[in-house]
Amino acid sequence: MMEFSTWDIVRNLLLAARWTIVLSLVAFAGGATVGLVILFLRISKQKAARVFAGGYIELFQGTPLLMQLFLSFFGLSLLGVEVPAWLAASVALILWTASFLAEIWRGCVESIPKGQWEASASLGMGRFEQMRHVILPQALTIAIPPTVGFSVQVVKGTSLTSIIGFTELAKAGQVLTNATFMPFTVYGFVALIYFALCFPLSKSSQFLERKLNVAHRDH
Amino acid sequence: MSLIEITEVRKSFGDNEVLKGIDLNVEPGEVIAIIGKSGSGKSTLLRCINGLETINAGSIQVAGAQLATDELHLKALRLKVGMIFQGFNLFPHKTAGQNVMLSQMVVKKTPKPQAEEMAKKMLDRVGLGHKFDAYPDQLSGGQQQRVAIARALAMQPVALLCDEITSALDPELVQEVLAVVKELASEGMTLLMVTHEMRFARDVCSRVVFMHLGRVHEIGPPGEVFGNPKTPELRQFLGQTH
Repeated sequence: MMEFSTWDIVRNLLLAARWTIVLSLVAFAGGATVGLVILFLRISKQKAARVFAGGYIELFQGTPLLMQLFLSFFGLSLLGVEVPAWLAASVALILWTASFLAEIWRGCVESIPKGQWEASASLGMGRFEQMRHVILPQALTIAIPPTVGFSVQVVKGTSLTSIIGFTELAKAGQVLTNATFMPFTVYGFVALIYFALCFPLSKSSQFLERKLNVAHRDH
Repeated sequence: MSLIEITEVRKSFGDNEVLKGIDLNVEPGEVIAIIGKSGSGKSTLLRCINGLETINAGSIQVAGAQLATDELHLKALRLKVGMIFQGFNLFPHKTAGQNVMLSQMVVKKTPKPQAEEMAKKMLDRVGLGHKFDAYPDQLSGGQQQRVAIARALAMQPVALLCDEITSALDPELVQEVLAVVKELASEGMTLLMVTHEMRFARDVCSRVVFMHLGRVHEIGPPGEVFGNPKTPELRQFLGQTH
């Protein structure tokens, strides 16, 4: 049997952690883009758009991420579409992230006083112009801390993609455990690496919250 | 044809009918004070005129622009009437100057240099040229309200709607805002203002509208309305406030 040194374990885990980082970034960037679209639908004047966005959010927040991963991986292949694990993982994570970001941001947009909408409307701005120039710049300042805070959930959420066979940090831990029979050591390191990724994020969220609260505006 | 034509306007919030058929025509250059108890519908009427509230029946027309619910009609209407609010509603993330410039650039597509020039002119007009780079939270309430007036004026409206614009101000700041309004009136701007400043209404306005229970209860020149109120409701209202 091949011998694994501690360094071998750590090195392999760190290599796999790259995929956790890539997947997190893809999920976050894609989720932010889709989330912004869902946000606009959610606060639209059209009832159909609001209902659709509301349903979307309920669906993705109300079912486990694990099920969403299963469905996008196995469901699509049932339909005859061969989906590689990385694609199924990215799609499911993006849609899941979008549902949470849209709802976080809706709260931020709705916390902007009604007078800001009325003043900008009375100056002749259309809805999109109001959002672009008046509401979103103000909502953004409020949104940064909870958004960064949620990114921690995204990083941890990527661990579930191991179940559909995507080799990121958690999956690598599983493989290494099978090879080394040292589950405690391996998963201990896995946990440490997740912590090393998430801790700076949650710290920066707290820092931003304090900073933006004190400054109260961005100049 | 009048500048502002309000015809048989009705407005309900749920079962509660707030405006029960309002008729009012405003000629160019008129300064109209709308007075009445809270809940009489005066603010709602003002908000209907530039489409912040939708009306249930009747019609409103300002200089040929008809009130309708689609964004295009609303925009055309709102380019004709500016509105100033009780709570100022300046954009807190922008300086006084940027507040005045924003809608010119976004709505009218005015190039930045011209918008800036206009903003300087309008801020000078309300006596705040030196506050161009100040953020709203660095200004007093009276100054913020004057910036809000400059912001509305920069869109070159034919009429201004003022919704209790001095009600949120400390007493010593009321006069500086009223002075600006008075000057606008003397320059011929058409003004419709909901106000509790009875002396101001008496001195500056061409007509006073007394609203009661969602109707125009009495209307006339200030001398008549204040000096010789015809209805007991108006007498009672004036008795309370004087």
